[in-house]
Amino acid sequence: MAYVAVKGGEQAIDNAHAWLAEERRGDPATPALSIAQIEEQLGRSVDRVMAEGSLYDRELAALAIKQAQGDLIEAAFLLRAYRTTLPRFAHSNPVETATMRIERRVSAVFKDLPGGQVLGPTYDYTHRLLDFALMDDESSAVRPVQPGSLETMPRVPDILGHEGLLEPDDRSDQEPGDLTRQPLTFPAERDVRLQALARGDEGFLLGLGYSTQRGYGGSHPFAGEIRMGEISVEIEPAELGFAIDIGDLVLTECQMVNQFKGSKTVPPQFTRGYGLVFGFGERKAMAMALVDRAMRAEELGEDVTAPAQNVEFVLYHSDNIEATGFVEHLKLPHYVDFQSELQNVRRMRENAE
Amino acid sequence: MNDSASLDHPFPARRRWMALLARTKANHIAALLGNCGALPTHSTLRGPESGLVMVRGRAGGGGSAFNLGEMTVTRCTVRTDNGFVGHAYVAGREERRAELAALVDALMQDQDRSANIETNVIAPLEQQQAEHRAGRASKAAATRVQFFAMQTMRA
Repeated sequence: MAYVAVKGGEQAIDNAHAWLAEERRGDPATPALSIAQIEEQLGRSVDRVMAEGSLYDRELAALAIKQAQGDLIEAAFLLRAYRTTLPRFAHSNPVETATMRIERRVSAVFKDLPGGQVLGPTYDYTHRLLDFALMDDESSAVRPVQPGSLETMPRVPDILGHEGLLEPDDRSDQEPGDLTRQPLTFPAERDVRLQALARGDEGFLLGLGYSTQRGYGGSHPFAGEIRMGEISVEIEPAELGFAIDIGDLVLTECQMVNQFKGSKTVPPQFTRGYGLVFGFGERKAMAMALVDRAMRAEELGEDVTAPAQNVEFVLYHSDNIEATGFVEHLKLPHYVDFQSELQNVRRMRENAE
Repeated sequence: MNDSASLDHPFPARRRWMALLARTKANHIAALLGNCGALPTHSTLRGPESGLVMVRGRAGGGGSAFNLGEMTVTRCTVRTDNGFVGHAYVAGREERRAELAALVDALMQDQDRSANIETNVIAPLEQQQAEHRAGRASKAAATRVQFFAMQTMRA
């Protein structure tokens, strides 16, 4: 009897999906979007879907965006589902961000850092006025180029680290945890936290990062360095026995530098929060770095009082695929649950009378 | 290419051509191979097949490894009829690219052919990819901030 309501409806579902397909396409008089157009012209959407879908493939992300009518969380969900159909061949050697081919690199702490400040293709300093020229097919503006290459650009931690004023990176050869293979457990180490943040929802992390700035676990952040550009990925296939370069990814990295009073064992120095994300995702990388630093509170002997410092709270709620699954399941039939609740309430009222 | 890693690589020459091929679309590899005269036939030993590579980063940029996220990769292994085995792992899902990259890898190991393939395939790819990178770098260089206020004031 409980399943009576679940039977039937197939025709309605088929018709709903047919209508969805029609709505997705929109007015047939308007040309259909090509995958290449999405890939080329909606690049920041593609970047976000790759980051939150945790799968770097620009073409697939563009397809997912088209299929989801631009719903980026739905698109990330499609990528997560797709990845389960593929075998894993290998893991890469850790990417060395010091070797990034820089397209953007700014520091808010050093004006004259070696290699200089490179703005890249940024929205910073635009006036945020709608550009009505884009209403029509515009010809792209002539872009100035400057012959010659950029100097090498050392990472800011490598520059500041020499004086011992900045905490060094802690390096072990331990195999990192992998959320795609082992469920999240606590206490969660930093490797797992960074993986969760890298695939976490940008909006959630942005709100949490913002909360640390507004006093909920504040740690006086400075954007030590933000860099974006292409980086080579290397793997070492067993059948070859040596490292090969399989192609490039675009990554965005953020080093947040934070004041630290020191503790019984550590002298006063600057500590760091770290952000690294697929694609050109500066807002996400910055938010990630703020939240990474906030979650290090316990390790650094600080009071854990704010939401962003609560590792369980952050990690259990940062994944938008999980969140959307649990929030949206509420719309599925709960007829039987609700009937029993209804009977309960009726009984309680009868007893009270 | 990851220049720092190539310094102590056991097979730097092979690493170089594999990296170039991994970044080239199938049609372009095929077009360049068209300039190389008659080629041996080949059969595939494995693939081409698509899968995933888990990309790792380092905490803080230089610390312990963590899993950043996955990327799609396609691999292929071929053998030419004169017995050379070539491998390819290339980013993305283009199967023909992986097969052609593996074929070129096999051809480059054949000393009777490698000079021809180097001239007609590898060297042009290296030049094109270097030009592409130089183009991006010069766009970036044009957005480099020049702080000249202090100098102006002193003068």
